[in-house]
Amino acid sequence: MTDTSYLVRGAETVDGTRTDLLLRDGLVVEAGTGLSAAGATVVDADGLLVLPGLVDLHTHLREPGGEGSETVLTGSRAAAAGGFTAVHAMANSSPVADTAGVVEQVQALGERAGYVEVRPVGAVSQGLAGTHLSEIGAMARSRAAVRVFSDDGSCVADPLLMRRALEYVKGFGGVLAQHAQEPRLTLGAQMHEGALSAELGLAGWPAVAEEAIIARDVLLAHHVGARLHVCHVSTAGSVEVLRWARSRGVEVTAEVTPHHLLLTEDLVASYDSRYKVNPPLRRQEDVDALRAALADGTIDVVATDHAPHTSEAKCCEWDAAANGMVGLESALPVVQATMVDTGLLDWADVARVLSTTPARIGRVAGQGGPVAVGAPAELTLYDRTVTRTFSTDDLAGRSTNSPYLGRELPGRVVATFHEGRATVLDGSVVDAEEVARGAAARAAARAVAR
Amino acid sequence: MRHLLSTADLSRAQAIRVLDVAEDMADVATREVRKLPTLRGTTVVNLFYEDSTRTRISFEAAAKRLSADVINFAAKGSSVSKGESLKDTAQTLAAMGADGIVLRHPASGAPRVLADSGWVDAGVVNAGDGTHEHPTQALLDAFTMRRRVHGAGSRGRDLDGLRVLVVGDVLHSRVARSNAWLLRTLGATVTVVAPPTLLPVDVSRLGVDVRYDLDEAVAEVRPDVVMMLRIQQERMHEAAFPNPREYARLWGLGAERFRRLPPHTLVMHPGPMNRGLEIGDLAADSPRSTVREQVANGVSVRMAVLYLVLAGDREDPS
Repeated sequence: MTDTSYLVRGAETVDGTRTDLLLRDGLVVEAGTGLSAAGATVVDADGLLVLPGLVDLHTHLREPGGEGSETVLTGSRAAAAGGFTAVHAMANSSPVADTAGVVEQVQALGERAGYVEVRPVGAVSQGLAGTHLSEIGAMARSRAAVRVFSDDGSCVADPLLMRRALEYVKGFGGVLAQHAQEPRLTLGAQMHEGALSAELGLAGWPAVAEEAIIARDVLLAHHVGARLHVCHVSTAGSVEVLRWARSRGVEVTAEVTPHHLLLTEDLVASYDSRYKVNPPLRRQEDVDALRAALADGTIDVVATDHAPHTSEAKCCEWDAAANGMVGLESALPVVQATMVDTGLLDWADVARVLSTTPARIGRVAGQGGPVAVGAPAELTLYDRTVTRTFSTDDLAGRSTNSPYLGRELPGRVVATFHEGRATVLDGSVVDAEEVARGAAARAAARAVAR
Repeated sequence: MRHLLSTADLSRAQAIRVLDVAEDMADVATREVRKLPTLRGTTVVNLFYEDSTRTRISFEAAAKRLSADVINFAAKGSSVSKGESLKDTAQTLAAMGADGIVLRHPASGAPRVLADSGWVDAGVVNAGDGTHEHPTQALLDAFTMRRRVHGAGSRGRDLDGLRVLVVGDVLHSRVARSNAWLLRTLGATVTVVAPPTLLPVDVSRLGVDVRYDLDEAVAEVRPDVVMMLRIQQERMHEAAFPNPREYARLWGLGAERFRRLPPHTLVMHPGPMNRGLEIGDLAADSPRSTVREQVANGVSVRMAVLYLVLAGDREDPS
């Protein structure tokens, strides 16, 4: 393998500047106008926006154990297709990522696939059972250097375990990402609790079950001086609690998913299980509050909660269907539709909420921008001017449980560069073998350099 | 009607049409030969994912009186319990040429999923789905009320102005939901009475008034009908109320409370009754109780529904 270099010609940066970018040896080596191609592959970026490669704090890659719905490789492809260059792989695999062995395996699979940087998330509790701390120290000190710990899928409900976990994670410079769901208040819960759940006869998932846990956790985090990250905030009440916590100086960050920025519980009336997700779709008031919170910074980042499921797990009656939606490929278009096209965020803000801040929260070095000379070549080229009807052709992972199929969405990822190599080019995901060869070559080069 | 999934889908005219056809069907039951050839050559499958002998035999009797071929399919467990999935069963039934599927399922919305799925082309009749709806129960309740109120002149009439109390576990009751929408469509006013633990947090889409105190509701609403709902065993395990004694005292229709009802008030119960809990013997066995009529009317109403769904009633607006 020879070094591959690219000349990205005529891209527009988030501040509106038009620039060429020369990518070589995994870095942006030159920027400016009229750069010479000189042996580099030219990528025509006329009219395209260049963003720092997107970083997802919340991805389910399903491997090990759930390979029927996704693998590290297929999930990485989906990520690249969505413009991501790094993803955090949630710990609820089987076996659970609660030991150094599992997180190192997931990381190694990610490196071999080569599409994105795969940052494993470690489980807070052994087996996600919520009773004993997992080997947080071993995972933090492992080759995978885990910095985000979460029992996502389950809430760390026991207040004493939560306190200990916050304290213990702090000792390793990590952050605890809480799935806020009071389990007793959500027994058998199927959808947002309110007038519609009463009509549809589905067991309710009350907003207070999320808000009460967030309220408890921000107080605990403040008390022990630890960092807290709140996963997939879904209610207006949660936003109020977070706003109050920030005003008190609590070190809390929060994420919102694209689907909670766009979709409402009304879709559940069809009993179409593509709309079954946890936390559930909420009311329009909640959607509005979440958008406002992302705009004013109360919510820091957008994270996908990409949750692939097989058709068998979804193609059934509502109660029996699995929770979750795929979301990597559609994230940026949904953020454009809900936040940019509505005037709530500009593109610099998008780079912040989908790249810079998630990279900072996850302590991911070399990700999150800026797009500048000397910075790692982790980039996304995005055409914000097109509109398309989202279809399975736009999905690059193994599962198709997208709530956006058949829906019109703006924008399209045209190219993604990870470690200076294209993982998506001309709107198509680059062949897996070619990407893997590139990743192997880079790894070899790094080994030589050491 | 293509399917009968929800009473909320029925217009006033459609609902009255079902009840009027049910009157015709009830007339058949008084004849010497209590059978119509209408659905000869048509296959109706009773697909039951929950045990409900009463509802199943009611549908079975209805289909047989219309000369349909009836297949009873008791599915062992649903996909919830990792048994046979709704999809596989539906495709099996489609392969067997089912024209109509009467579905009882523990998951709310399962009949809607089946009707929308494309897995099977049959007409779907909801025979009770989870904690959602039980439309034929509501239709037979409305039919029973209409007959008691309007007698022989029932045809073409609605329930305008009728005051109905529905008492009990509204939160989990498919009977309560289906009745709330249907009775309102027919012009009745519905008041639900229950402890707040057995009510949805927001009933605004049910179109009902809410009260917690049964005695107060009886005194102020002066109901024409009191419908007592069955209390399921599991509600006691969930601690929705302290114990059966307190429930019976505050929300049961015991002898004393029954005597305090206005003299014309009808007493209804979808059955099976927990005597001594939500209803006492005096109320259950009184002439003002419609419990046994409800069972008989159930067959007529289900004949009407099967006829309208399967015989392709062309005049029907849907």
